[in-house]
Amino acid sequence: MEVYLDNNSTTPMDKEVREIYHEHEKFYGNVNSIYQKGIETRKLLSKAYDVIYPAIGARDEDDIIITSSTTEGNNAVIKTFLYNFLQGSEKKHIITTVAEHSSIKAPCAFTKKFGMEVTYLYTDENGRIDLQELEDFIRDDTALISVLFASNESGAIQPIKEIGEIAKKHGIPFHCDGAQAISKAKVDVSELGVDYFTFSAHKFHGPKGVGGLYVRKGAPFIPLIHGGNQMGGKRGGSINTAGIVAMAKAMELANENLDRMYFEVSKLRDKFEEAILKIPDTKSYVDKRFRLPNTVIASFRGIEGEAMLWELNQAGIYAATGSSCSSERLQGSEVLEALGEDPEIAHTGIIFSLSRFTKEEEIDYVIEKLPKIVEKLRNISMTYAKQR
Amino acid sequence: MARADLITGNIWEEYSNKVIDRMSNPRYLGEFSEEDAKRKDAKLVVADFGSEACGDAVRLYWLVDPKTDRIIDARFKSFGCGTAIASSDVMAELTIGKTVDEAMKITNLDVEKALRDDPDKPAFPPQKMHCSVMAYDVIIEAASKYKGVDPKEIKNSEIVCECARVTKGEIEEIVRKHKVKTVEELQKYTDAGKYCKSCIKPGGHEERPIYLVDIIEQVNKQMEEELLLNQMKTEKFDEMTHLNKIKSIEKVLKEDVSTILAMDGGSVELVDARENENGEFEVLIKYFGTCSTCNAAMFTGYMIEKSLNERLDTDKIKVIQV
Repeated sequence: MEVYLDNNSTTPMDKEVREIYHEHEKFYGNVNSIYQKGIETRKLLSKAYDVIYPAIGARDEDDIIITSSTTEGNNAVIKTFLYNFLQGSEKKHIITTVAEHSSIKAPCAFTKKFGMEVTYLYTDENGRIDLQELEDFIRDDTALISVLFASNESGAIQPIKEIGEIAKKHGIPFHCDGAQAISKAKVDVSELGVDYFTFSAHKFHGPKGVGGLYVRKGAPFIPLIHGGNQMGGKRGGSINTAGIVAMAKAMELANENLDRMYFEVSKLRDKFEEAILKIPDTKSYVDKRFRLPNTVIASFRGIEGEAMLWELNQAGIYAATGSSCSSERLQGSEVLEALGEDPEIAHTGIIFSLSRFTKEEEIDYVIEKLPKIVEKLRNISMTYAKQR
Repeated sequence: MARADLITGNIWEEYSNKVIDRMSNPRYLGEFSEEDAKRKDAKLVVADFGSEACGDAVRLYWLVDPKTDRIIDARFKSFGCGTAIASSDVMAELTIGKTVDEAMKITNLDVEKALRDDPDKPAFPPQKMHCSVMAYDVIIEAASKYKGVDPKEIKNSEIVCECARVTKGEIEEIVRKHKVKTVEELQKYTDAGKYCKSCIKPGGHEERPIYLVDIIEQVNKQMEEELLLNQMKTEKFDEMTHLNKIKSIEKVLKEDVSTILAMDGGSVELVDARENENGEFEVLIKYFGTCSTCNAAMFTGYMIEKSLNERLDTDKIKVIQV
């Protein structure tokens, strides 16, 4: 059996979405052309927007710029403020968090090369930032607050609405990296109080290479990609018609299936989590109240993360490690350490993320395999016996 | 490489079949007890290296024949990724049948070679080389336990890059010979720093006592100083460039004058230097500590002037206190 439990990383396309994607591949007309072929395409896009806008609660006067990914949107937002700074703006400070994805951290690090300053807020044992701390770090020259909706690793959901209120009170633009939001939570940009919101279709059973960047009316924006007048000149490049239509469908389905995510998927997740915790010397993290309904992050004392991934892979089970030995820095244990775990245990973290397509028999299969894998690896472990 | 780099590398795809085989089915996994040792008239050696906090740790068990110092059998346990398990397994195997002294010569490079399918293709990707280094370290740990000595005594402390086993001396020689200024230039001549990259500069996987960037800087500084010394010997002060004049004055101030003044709790600093219309070389100096309040400061100035002129074999230097 093959069980895919790395849905926070990427998801398989929904069958319905895939069909719509294929159906629309034949519409090759350029949206900018004035003849019939262009009109055809423009109609399709307009229909897609009819779905995309309400799906996240955007108003018609706001922009939802179609991008290639959350990463592109995140870059566009951060660099808008970099360009402003380079053009003489005194606002040179960005507040973000240690929990961000590299698509926020890397552009933030980039702005520092030009003299901007970045504050990274720490998170608590539930992976959440402290609102008081956020307020304390706000300065007169703060240009932007950027906080992710939820972490793909810990699954911790940030208090976005409260952060939005603080940002508004101080008149600071607020960006939310929403890569983990759609399909796992209800998103209403007005309710959340965000000025920018980014997402990728492939995180909610849509195609790869399509995403969106919501920009509230009046919020500063400077294009990242200059080119033709596509997207009102805010993002050049010929438009991926089939991808956009498919993303719209995926958004619609994500919202329709939210109840299933809240009740069925989370129940399956809970069953799985309980089974993990029955294995001796395991631990799960982040209070469920603050955690994505599809995510379990657990540690297995005495078992190094990559060794665990290897054995899971042999059994056809795909998960992620919070202690990736695979990067050059070999310091991926930061996730569990940030949640207050000891360094020895931080290297044993594994992240399982379900989707609405995860079947009960798949979880049962993992529940059956996991204890055997743990036993085998603890048998190799020199330190497991010692620690007990 | 460019095209290959565009598709993110997958470390698992780069493992050799031998690595995969050993990590899935290690041959020498296990432990020995005192009873096992007694039954074979052997001495039991148990050695640990690494720590879970770093993400990798290994324990090595040896049964050693005390009459011949020969390792009869070996086992290991490990907390680590697949590469660490596979490396430990081969390492344990390589030590069997060798004397302790012979085993000490086994390095991570031997372990990595033994895990290759194709003799010309690495057994695992560069960033995983680090996991095999423990294999060497734990042998040294075990050997020192057997011999009853401090592991530091038998470990080559000169090693700067543990993955490629390159010593400080070797790196210094390359820097000197090829006038190396950057790590990239250095790596044209050595594999140092190409694997786990911890030894390049602070901030890597592991903290190191000395980094490649430090060595490059130190050697370059040394070379610069030697060059100046050489010029001071062969070139007359009056014929030196302005910059070298200042540099040689600084050198004398630092080496000769400061030591004398420090004895009285004072110090000097070079503020500026310039040639005046009489062809004299004016050296502007500021006093610190006791010198700044000393009544004999005039005399001190004269002393410094004398030292500078003598050491640099000239009569043109004039010291001015500012």
